[in-house]
Amino acid sequence: MQDKKAHKFGMVIDLDKCTGCGSCTVSCMAENNIPFKEDESDKKDSITWMRVYKLTNGKSFPDTQTAYLPRPCQHCGGKGDHGHSPCVSVCPATATDYGYDTGIVSQIYTRCFGCRYCMVSCPYHARYFNWWDPVWPEGMEKYLSPNVSPRMRGVVEKCSFCYHRYQLAREQAYYNETDEIPEDAYQTACTTACPAGAIIFGDLNNPSHRVHQIVKPDPHPDPLNHDVVGKSRNPKVFRLLERLGTNPKVYYMSEKEWIRKVGDSYLDGEWDKMKNHHGSASHD
Amino acid sequence: MSEIENKTEHGSMDGAKECAAGDPKNDTGLGLGVIFFILAFLICFLSGWLLFPKLLYSKHEQPFNFDHALHVQETGDCESCHFLREDGTFSGIPKTESCLDCHTDEPMGETEDEAIFAAEYVAKQREVPWYVYAKQPDCVYFSHAAHIKAAGMDCVTCHGHIGESTSSRPYEENRLTGYSRDIWGNNIWGITKNPWDSMKMDDCAVCHEKETGHKGYCFQCHK
Repeated sequence: MQDKKAHKFGMVIDLDKCTGCGSCTVSCMAENNIPFKEDESDKKDSITWMRVYKLTNGKSFPDTQTAYLPRPCQHCGGKGDHGHSPCVSVCPATATDYGYDTGIVSQIYTRCFGCRYCMVSCPYHARYFNWWDPVWPEGMEKYLSPNVSPRMRGVVEKCSFCYHRYQLAREQAYYNETDEIPEDAYQTACTTACPAGAIIFGDLNNPSHRVHQIVKPDPHPDPLNHDVVGKSRNPKVFRLLERLGTNPKVYYMSEKEWIRKVGDSYLDGEWDKMKNHHGSASHD
Repeated sequence: MSEIENKTEHGSMDGAKECAAGDPKNDTGLGLGVIFFILAFLICFLSGWLLFPKLLYSKHEQPFNFDHALHVQETGDCESCHFLREDGTFSGIPKTESCLDCHTDEPMGETEDEAIFAAEYVAKQREVPWYVYAKQPDCVYFSHAAHIKAAGMDCVTCHGHIGESTSSRPYEENRLTGYSRDIWGNNIWGITKNPWDSMKMDDCAVCHEKETGHKGYCFQCHK
């Protein structure tokens, strides 16, 4: 609130660059003190703030194509982008709220009592429940980041867009007595770890930031659905389940039409109508 | 006569006896009851408010006594030892290394405390394991830079007149939570006169609401 104008931190992930290597997931876990389990393949127990999904176009050889989709918390702005994110609006403990100054969905782990309503309401499965207290192999707890508090059994956690890095960047800005937080002063761990440079992070409200330049967010509500705000004016850019009106701040980018189509569920023939409405040309 | 009838008869007779005998005795019973209630209430109440806090907090003495007043007099201000680093983070408790700007492994004064410091920590190149009164729970993020630089506050506003103290009081730790007693404050009723009397989330929120018009979002003070 010290900042003169509100930020709106967001992300663009270039799915054509993503190789599915999983560096984002690993760096995220190391950065955010995410405990790993004896059996990480048990997806009911494992916690992955940043999870990589595999997409296929469903065609047989030689037309088969594969892509990978990293999925952090989408930091939804909710219907009309008013901050009523699905998870925030259902939390009975006010343990999660929408930061109007950053656009980041924040959380107090110690306030959460583990009802998991937010996990049910999240359309992106971005939230995870701690079934157990975190355990690290002996000596490894010395590698934990002091900037992120480890979570205890019985609470929900999710990607925070590495908010502690924003806290550090802001402290530096306070020290320099400026309001400006340069683009490179606040970058998430996954962004800096991606070897392909597929993840781009920055302030969607700041025209000098790369995310803004790529996404070109539409300031006006979508004429077809007034709940949808900030739709990309770049025909290659889409959001997951965009028509729900959750207004995620994570955008995805691809040249391939089938990938853009996977971002939402369409009825027969609906995609072609949507496509024509957007005027986006096929690149396949 | 069946068993049930027998029981009913006895039951009703017992009831009748009680009623008949109850009238004159009932008054003393009630009086005793009231006295017992008041006594029990007082015992529970007093043990809750006087004894429980004593049991709840364990006391730890600092490794050795620290004279803030003397150090402020020698160095001039708080910032000589507790300063903002260039990256905006706060140095908090100084490392032994910064004490060595003035101190050596030979004591400068004649106090026993300095002798302990020189022998145990300077000579052995160890850090002093101070108990930090103002230590917040792990989930709390606090930016000194925001308060000092952006809000222009001074140390005394939140920490009180600690610079005038000549001795270190015992550190009291909540046995259940492991938090410092300074978080809740010494007053078990939760009444505070000064900002430094307690440092709970609500205390932060009251000031934030007054000064910035908003309590802040979760991540503003949590990590």
